[in-house]
Amino acid sequence: MSEDEKKELLASGHRMCAGCGEGTAMRTILNEAGPNSIATVATGCLEVTTTAFPQTAWEIPLIHAAFENAASVAAGIESALKQMDKKGETNILSFAGDGGTFDIGFQALSGMFERKHNVTHICLDNEAYMNTGIQRCSSTPYGASTTTSPKGKYSIGEDRPKKPIARIASAHDIPYAATACIGYINDLKKKVNKALEADGPAFLHVFAPCPTGWRHGSSDTIELAKLAVETGVFVLWEAEDGNICDLNVTYKPKERKPVEEYLKKQRRFAHLTEEHIEKIQKEVDEKCEEYGF
Amino acid sequence: MSKVKITIAGINKKPGSSKEYKTGGWRTMKPEVDVEKCIRCLQCFDYCPDGAIKKTEDAIEFDLDYCKGCGICERECPVEAIVMKVEEK
Repeated sequence: MSEDEKKELLASGHRMCAGCGEGTAMRTILNEAGPNSIATVATGCLEVTTTAFPQTAWEIPLIHAAFENAASVAAGIESALKQMDKKGETNILSFAGDGGTFDIGFQALSGMFERKHNVTHICLDNEAYMNTGIQRCSSTPYGASTTTSPKGKYSIGEDRPKKPIARIASAHDIPYAATACIGYINDLKKKVNKALEADGPAFLHVFAPCPTGWRHGSSDTIELAKLAVETGVFVLWEAEDGNICDLNVTYKPKERKPVEEYLKKQRRFAHLTEEHIEKIQKEVDEKCEEYGF
Repeated sequence: MSKVKITIAGINKKPGSSKEYKTGGWRTMKPEVDVEKCIRCLQCFDYCPDGAIKKTEDAIEFDLDYCKGCGICERECPVEAIVMKVEEK
Protein backbone atom coordinates (compact mmCIF):
# COMPACT_ATOMS: atom_id res chain seq x y z
CA MET A 1 0.00 0.00 0.00
CA SER A 2 1.46 3.38 -0.93
CA GLU A 3 1.90 6.15 1.59
CA ASP A 4 -1.06 8.06 0.17
CA GLU A 5 -3.55 5.21 0.49
CA LYS A 6 -2.87 4.46 4.13
CA LYS A 7 -6.03 4.27 6.18
CA GLU A 8 -6.51 6.82 8.92
CA LEU A 9 -6.57 4.94 12.22
CA LEU A 10 -8.42 7.69 14.05
CA ALA A 11 -11.60 8.10 12.02
CA SER A 12 -13.14 11.48 11.36
CA GLY A 13 -16.34 12.38 13.15
CA HIS A 14 -14.83 12.34 16.62
CA ARG A 15 -16.16 15.08 18.92
CA MET A 16 -12.98 16.95 19.80
CA CYS A 17 -13.36 20.73 19.79
CA ALA A 18 -12.44 22.58 16.61
CA GLY A 19 -8.68 23.11 16.63
CA CYS A 20 -7.97 20.49 19.31
CA GLY A 21 -4.28 19.64 19.55
CA GLU A 22 -5.06 16.08 20.63
CA GLY A 23 -6.65 15.34 17.26
CA THR A 24 -3.40 16.16 15.47
CA ALA A 25 -1.36 14.22 18.03
CA MET A 26 -3.58 11.12 17.94
CA ARG A 27 -3.75 10.96 14.15
CA THR A 28 0.01 11.15 13.91
CA ILE A 29 0.68 8.62 16.67
CA LEU A 30 -1.86 6.02 15.53
CA ASN A 31 -0.91 6.26 11.85
CA GLU A 32 2.70 5.80 12.82
CA ALA A 33 1.99 2.86 15.14
CA GLY A 34 -0.02 1.13 12.39
CA PRO A 35 -2.99 -1.24 12.50
CA ASN A 36 -1.12 -3.96 14.38
CA SER A 37 -1.66 -2.22 17.72
CA ILE A 38 -3.83 -2.55 20.78
CA ALA A 39 -4.64 0.51 22.87
CA THR A 40 -5.99 1.32 26.28
CA VAL A 41 -7.24 4.75 27.15
CA ALA A 42 -7.82 6.40 30.49
CA THR A 43 -10.80 8.63 31.13
CA GLY A 44 -10.28 12.08 29.75
CA CYS A 45 -10.89 14.23 26.70
CA LEU A 46 -9.58 11.54 24.38
CA GLU A 47 -11.93 8.85 25.69
CA VAL A 48 -14.99 11.09 25.85
CA THR A 49 -14.56 12.54 22.37
CA THR A 50 -13.65 9.38 20.49
CA THR A 51 -15.98 6.80 22.01
CA ALA A 52 -19.41 8.42 22.18
CA PHE A 53 -21.63 5.34 22.36
CA PRO A 54 -22.71 3.66 20.06
CA GLN A 55 -19.88 4.94 17.90
CA THR A 56 -16.13 4.85 18.08
CA ALA A 57 -13.46 6.70 16.16
CA TRP A 58 -10.83 4.00 16.75
CA GLU A 59 -9.81 1.64 13.97
CA ILE A 60 -7.66 -0.47 16.30
CA PRO A 61 -8.80 -2.55 19.31
CA LEU A 62 -9.33 -0.35 22.34
CA ILE A 63 -10.13 -0.89 26.00
CA HIS A 64 -11.36 2.02 28.02
CA ALA A 65 -9.88 1.63 31.48
CA ALA A 66 -10.73 3.70 34.52
CA PHE A 67 -9.07 7.05 35.14
CA GLU A 68 -6.16 5.61 37.11
CA ASN A 69 -5.23 2.37 35.41
CA ALA A 70 -4.67 2.73 31.66
CA ALA A 71 -1.06 1.63 32.15
CA SER A 72 -1.89 -1.45 34.23
CA VAL A 73 -4.60 -2.62 31.80
CA ALA A 74 -2.03 -2.32 29.01
CA ALA A 75 0.43 -4.27 31.18
CA GLY A 76 -2.24 -7.00 31.52
CA ILE A 77 -2.69 -7.19 27.76
CA GLU A 78 1.05 -7.48 27.31
CA SER A 79 1.31 -10.28 29.88
CA ALA A 80 -1.58 -12.16 28.26
CA LEU A 81 0.05 -11.93 24.82
CA LYS A 82 3.30 -13.18 26.32
CA GLN A 83 1.47 -16.23 27.72
CA MET A 84 -0.01 -16.86 24.28
CA ASP A 85 3.49 -16.86 22.77
CA LYS A 86 2.78 -13.68 20.86
CA LYS A 87 5.38 -11.57 22.56
CA GLY A 88 6.52 -8.56 20.58
CA GLU A 89 4.14 -9.15 17.67
CA THR A 90 1.78 -6.33 18.54
CA ASN A 91 2.34 -2.75 19.63
CA ILE A 92 0.69 -2.04 22.95
CA LEU A 93 -0.13 1.56 23.62
CA SER A 94 -1.63 3.14 26.68
CA PHE A 95 -3.03 6.63 26.34
CA ALA A 96 -3.85 9.07 29.08
CA GLY A 97 -4.20 12.78 29.42
CA ASP A 98 -2.15 14.80 31.85
CA GLY A 99 -4.58 14.06 34.68
CA GLY A 100 -4.37 10.33 33.97
CA THR A 101 -0.57 10.46 33.93
CA PHE A 102 0.67 13.21 36.26
CA ASP A 103 -1.86 12.79 39.06
CA ILE A 104 -4.43 10.03 39.06
CA GLY A 105 -2.75 7.43 36.87
CA PHE A 106 0.75 7.85 38.23
CA GLN A 107 0.76 4.89 40.58
CA ALA A 108 -0.34 2.44 37.87
CA LEU A 109 2.16 3.97 35.45
CA SER A 110 5.04 3.72 37.90
CA GLY A 111 4.13 0.08 38.56
CA MET A 112 4.10 -0.70 34.85
CA PHE A 113 7.58 0.83 34.45
CA GLU A 114 8.88 -1.05 37.45
CA ARG A 115 7.63 -4.43 36.17
CA LYS A 116 9.25 -3.68 32.78
CA HIS A 117 6.24 -4.45 30.61
CA ASN A 118 6.72 -3.84 26.91
CA VAL A 119 4.15 -1.03 26.77
CA THR A 120 4.38 2.48 25.35
CA HIS A 121 2.61 5.00 27.52
CA ILE A 122 1.64 8.22 25.79
CA CYS A 123 0.65 11.26 27.80
CA LEU A 124 -1.32 13.90 25.90
CA ASP A 125 -0.61 17.02 27.88
CA ASN A 126 -3.01 19.96 27.69
CA GLU A 127 -2.07 21.28 31.11
CA ALA A 128 -5.33 20.89 33.08
CA TYR A 129 -8.39 18.65 33.47
CA MET A 130 -10.02 20.00 30.31
CA ASN A 131 -12.65 17.27 30.02
CA THR A 132 -14.34 18.11 33.32
CA GLY A 133 -14.04 21.89 33.03
CA ILE A 134 -10.47 23.17 33.21
CA GLN A 135 -9.49 22.24 36.77
CA ARG A 136 -5.84 22.61 37.75
CA CYS A 137 -3.53 19.63 37.58
CA SER A 138 0.11 19.11 38.53
CA SER A 139 0.88 19.76 34.86
CA THR A 140 -0.60 23.27 34.96
CA PRO A 141 2.19 25.82 34.57
CA TYR A 142 2.91 28.71 36.91
CA GLY A 143 0.56 31.66 36.41
CA ALA A 144 -2.22 29.89 34.48
CA SER A 145 -5.77 30.76 35.47
CA THR A 146 -8.02 27.69 35.72
CA THR A 147 -11.45 27.19 37.30
CA THR A 148 -9.90 25.83 40.51
CA SER A 149 -6.94 28.22 40.54
CA PRO A 150 -8.67 31.37 39.28
CA LYS A 151 -6.93 34.68 38.88
CA GLY A 152 -8.08 37.42 41.21
CA LYS A 153 -7.11 40.28 43.46
CA TYR A 154 -4.90 38.08 45.63
CA SER A 155 -4.22 35.25 43.24
CA ILE A 156 -2.19 34.98 40.06
CA GLY A 157 -3.77 31.64 39.23
CA GLU A 158 -1.74 28.47 39.57
CA ASP A 159 1.17 29.19 41.92
CA ARG A 160 3.23 26.03 41.50
CA PRO A 161 5.52 25.01 38.66
CA LYS A 162 4.86 22.14 36.27
CA LYS A 163 5.90 18.65 37.29
CA PRO A 164 8.74 17.31 35.09
CA ILE A 165 6.90 14.06 34.35
CA ALA A 166 9.10 12.77 31.52
CA ARG A 167 12.18 13.07 33.73
CA ILE A 168 10.38 11.24 36.53
CA ALA A 169 9.40 8.51 34.06
CA SER A 170 12.95 8.30 32.77
CA ALA A 171 14.24 7.99 36.33
CA HIS A 172 12.53 4.56 36.44
CA ASP A 173 15.42 3.37 34.25
CA ILE A 174 13.12 2.66 31.33
CA PRO A 175 14.63 2.09 27.87
CA TYR A 176 13.06 5.14 26.26
CA ALA A 177 11.49 8.37 27.49
CA ALA A 178 10.93 11.48 25.41
CA THR A 179 8.99 14.70 25.10
CA ALA A 180 7.38 15.70 21.82
CA CYS A 181 5.16 18.44 20.50
CA ILE A 182 2.49 18.53 17.80
CA GLY A 183 4.15 21.52 16.15
CA TYR A 184 7.04 19.24 15.15
CA ILE A 185 5.35 16.31 13.45
CA ASN A 186 8.46 14.61 12.04
CA ASP A 187 10.14 14.71 15.44
CA LEU A 188 6.98 13.22 16.99
CA LYS A 189 6.85 10.45 14.36
CA LYS A 190 10.50 9.54 14.96
CA LYS A 191 9.94 9.36 18.71
CA VAL A 192 6.83 7.19 18.34
CA ASN A 193 8.85 4.71 16.28
CA LYS A 194 11.72 4.71 18.74
CA ALA A 195 9.33 4.20 21.66
CA LEU A 196 7.66 1.26 19.94
CA GLU A 197 10.97 -0.33 19.02
CA ALA A 198 12.30 -0.09 22.59
CA ASP A 199 12.53 -3.42 24.37
CA GLY A 200 10.57 -2.61 27.51
CA PRO A 201 8.45 0.26 28.74
CA ALA A 202 8.59 3.59 26.93
CA PHE A 203 7.14 6.95 27.82
CA LEU A 204 6.17 9.76 25.49
CA HIS A 205 5.08 13.16 26.75
CA VAL A 206 3.20 14.91 23.95
CA PHE A 207 2.43 18.61 24.27
CA ALA A 208 -0.99 19.45 22.77
CA PRO A 209 -2.54 22.93 23.15
CA CYS A 210 -6.24 23.19 24.02
CA PRO A 211 -8.20 26.15 22.56
CA THR A 212 -11.02 25.71 25.08
CA GLY A 213 -8.92 25.59 28.21
CA TRP A 214 -6.10 27.88 27.24
CA ARG A 215 -8.57 30.39 25.79
CA HIS A 216 -6.99 30.96 22.43
CA GLY A 217 -8.34 30.96 18.89
CA SER A 218 -8.87 27.53 17.34
CA SER A 219 -6.48 28.35 14.48
CA ASP A 220 -3.63 29.24 16.89
CA THR A 221 -3.13 25.66 18.15
CA ILE A 222 -0.12 24.69 16.03
CA GLU A 223 1.42 28.14 16.26
CA LEU A 224 1.27 27.99 20.08
CA ALA A 225 2.73 24.49 20.11
CA LYS A 226 5.66 25.77 18.04
CA LEU A 227 6.00 28.90 20.20
CA ALA A 228 6.19 26.81 23.37
CA VAL A 229 9.26 25.11 21.94
CA GLU A 230 10.75 28.23 20.33
CA THR A 231 10.55 30.14 23.63
CA GLY A 232 11.97 27.27 25.67
CA VAL A 233 8.80 26.76 27.76
CA PHE A 234 8.67 23.17 26.52
CA VAL A 235 11.93 21.39 25.70
CA LEU A 236 12.07 18.52 23.20
CA TRP A 237 14.41 15.79 24.38
CA GLU A 238 14.82 12.04 24.57
CA ALA A 239 16.66 9.82 27.02
CA GLU A 240 17.61 6.21 26.53
CA ASP A 241 18.04 3.68 29.33
CA GLY A 242 17.09 6.14 32.04
CA ASN A 243 20.10 8.28 31.30
CA ILE A 244 18.60 11.60 32.36
CA CYS A 245 21.96 13.16 33.13
CA ASP A 246 22.99 12.79 29.51
CA LEU A 247 19.74 13.35 27.65
CA ASN A 248 19.62 14.27 24.02
CA VAL A 249 17.88 17.59 23.21
CA THR A 250 16.35 16.88 19.79
CA TYR A 251 15.51 20.44 18.83
CA LYS A 252 17.35 23.57 19.90
CA PRO A 253 15.83 26.86 18.71
CA LYS A 254 18.51 28.98 17.03
CA GLU A 255 17.45 32.05 18.93
CA ARG A 256 15.03 31.73 21.81
CA LYS A 257 11.97 34.00 21.59
CA PRO A 258 10.80 35.86 24.72
CA VAL A 259 8.15 33.90 26.67
CA GLU A 260 5.88 36.92 26.49
CA GLU A 261 5.09 36.02 22.87
CA TYR A 262 3.80 32.64 24.01
CA LEU A 263 1.95 33.94 27.09
CA LYS A 264 0.21 36.87 25.42
CA LYS A 265 -1.58 34.63 22.94
CA GLN A 266 -3.54 32.87 25.68
CA ARG A 267 -6.25 34.35 27.86
CA ARG A 268 -5.36 32.05 30.76
CA PHE A 269 -2.19 34.17 31.12
CA ALA A 270 -3.80 37.52 30.22
CA HIS A 271 -3.78 38.77 33.84
CA LEU A 272 -0.01 38.39 34.30
CA THR A 273 1.87 41.61 34.97
CA GLU A 274 5.35 42.37 33.68
CA GLU A 275 6.78 41.28 37.02
CA HIS A 276 5.24 37.82 36.68
CA ILE A 277 6.35 37.50 33.08
CA GLU A 278 9.88 38.40 34.12
CA LYS A 279 9.75 35.71 36.79
CA ILE A 280 8.56 33.13 34.27
CA GLN A 281 11.24 34.23 31.80
CA LYS A 282 13.89 33.79 34.48
CA GLU A 283 12.68 30.30 35.31
CA VAL A 284 12.63 29.35 31.62
CA ASP A 285 16.16 30.73 31.18
CA GLU A 286 17.40 28.66 34.09
CA LYS A 287 15.69 25.55 32.73
CA CYS A 288 17.15 26.04 29.25
CA GLU A 289 20.60 26.47 30.71
CA GLU A 290 20.14 23.16 32.46
CA TYR A 291 19.33 21.55 29.10
CA GLY A 292 22.34 23.18 27.54
CA PHE A 293 21.10 25.94 25.23
CA MET B 1 -27.84 7.75 14.76
CA SER B 2 -28.34 4.01 14.41
CA LYS B 3 -30.23 1.95 16.99
CA VAL B 4 -27.84 -0.32 18.83
CA LYS B 5 -28.51 -2.91 21.50
CA ILE B 6 -26.29 -2.16 24.47
CA THR B 7 -24.07 -5.16 25.04
CA ILE B 8 -22.46 -6.27 28.27
CA ALA B 9 -19.66 -3.86 29.17
CA GLY B 10 -20.60 -1.69 26.21
CA ILE B 11 -18.66 -3.56 23.55
CA ASN B 12 -18.52 -1.69 20.27
CA LYS B 13 -17.90 -3.91 17.27
CA LYS B 14 -17.85 -1.24 14.60
CA PRO B 15 -14.42 0.39 14.31
CA GLY B 16 -14.43 3.86 12.84
CA SER B 17 -18.21 4.18 13.18
CA SER B 18 -17.86 7.80 14.31
CA LYS B 19 -17.94 8.61 10.59
CA GLU B 20 -21.73 8.28 10.87
CA TYR B 21 -21.68 11.54 12.80
CA LYS B 22 -20.96 14.44 10.49
CA THR B 23 -19.12 17.15 12.41
CA GLY B 24 -19.22 19.52 9.42
CA GLY B 25 -22.34 21.09 10.90
CA TRP B 26 -20.22 22.70 13.65
CA ARG B 27 -18.51 24.89 11.11
CA THR B 28 -18.87 28.67 10.85
CA MET B 29 -15.87 29.23 8.56
CA LYS B 30 -15.25 27.16 5.48
CA PRO B 31 -11.78 26.52 3.99
CA GLU B 32 -11.14 26.89 0.29
CA VAL B 33 -7.98 25.86 -1.51
CA ASP B 34 -6.39 27.53 -4.51
CA VAL B 35 -5.15 24.50 -6.44
CA GLU B 36 -2.86 26.68 -8.57
CA LYS B 37 -0.98 27.95 -5.51
CA CYS B 38 -0.83 24.64 -3.65
CA ILE B 39 2.66 23.10 -3.61
CA ARG B 40 1.39 19.87 -2.01
CA CYS B 41 3.71 20.09 0.99
CA LEU B 42 0.90 18.38 2.97
CA GLN B 43 1.50 20.36 6.16
CA CYS B 44 -2.25 20.97 6.36
CA PHE B 45 -2.82 17.22 6.04
CA ASP B 46 -0.43 16.54 8.92
CA TYR B 47 -1.83 19.23 11.19
CA CYS B 48 -5.59 18.78 10.57
CA PRO B 49 -7.04 17.47 13.86
CA ASP B 50 -10.09 15.98 12.13
CA GLY B 51 -8.51 14.15 9.22
CA ALA B 52 -10.71 16.28 6.98
CA ILE B 53 -8.05 16.91 4.34
CA LYS B 54 -7.70 14.42 1.52
CA LYS B 55 -4.72 14.17 -0.79
CA THR B 56 -5.42 14.45 -4.51
CA GLU B 57 -3.03 13.95 -7.40
CA ASP B 58 -1.63 17.49 -7.50
CA ALA B 59 -3.13 19.24 -4.48
CA ILE B 60 -5.50 18.61 -1.59
CA GLU B 61 -9.26 18.75 -1.08
CA PHE B 62 -11.43 19.23 1.99
CA ASP B 63 -13.85 16.69 3.34
CA LEU B 64 -16.55 19.18 4.32
CA ASP B 65 -18.58 16.46 6.04
CA TYR B 66 -16.07 16.50 8.89
CA CYS B 67 -14.20 19.83 8.69
CA LYS B 68 -14.98 21.80 11.86
CA GLY B 69 -13.57 25.02 10.40
CA CYS B 70 -10.85 25.56 13.00
CA GLY B 71 -8.59 27.36 10.51
CA ILE B 72 -5.32 25.60 11.37
CA CYS B 73 -4.75 24.77 7.68
CA GLU B 74 -5.10 28.41 6.65
CA ARG B 75 -2.68 29.52 9.37
CA GLU B 76 -0.05 26.89 8.67
CA CYS B 77 -0.13 26.94 4.85
CA PRO B 78 3.33 28.27 3.82
CA VAL B 79 2.12 29.59 0.44
CA GLU B 80 -1.25 30.99 1.55
CA ALA B 81 -3.16 28.70 -0.77
CA ILE B 82 -5.96 28.16 1.76
CA VAL B 83 -8.46 30.85 2.75
CA MET B 84 -11.28 30.66 5.28
CA LYS B 85 -14.63 32.09 4.15
CA VAL B 86 -17.82 32.56 6.14
CA GLU B 87 -20.02 29.50 5.75
CA GLU B 88 -23.21 30.22 3.84
CA LYS B 89 -26.21 28.21 4.88
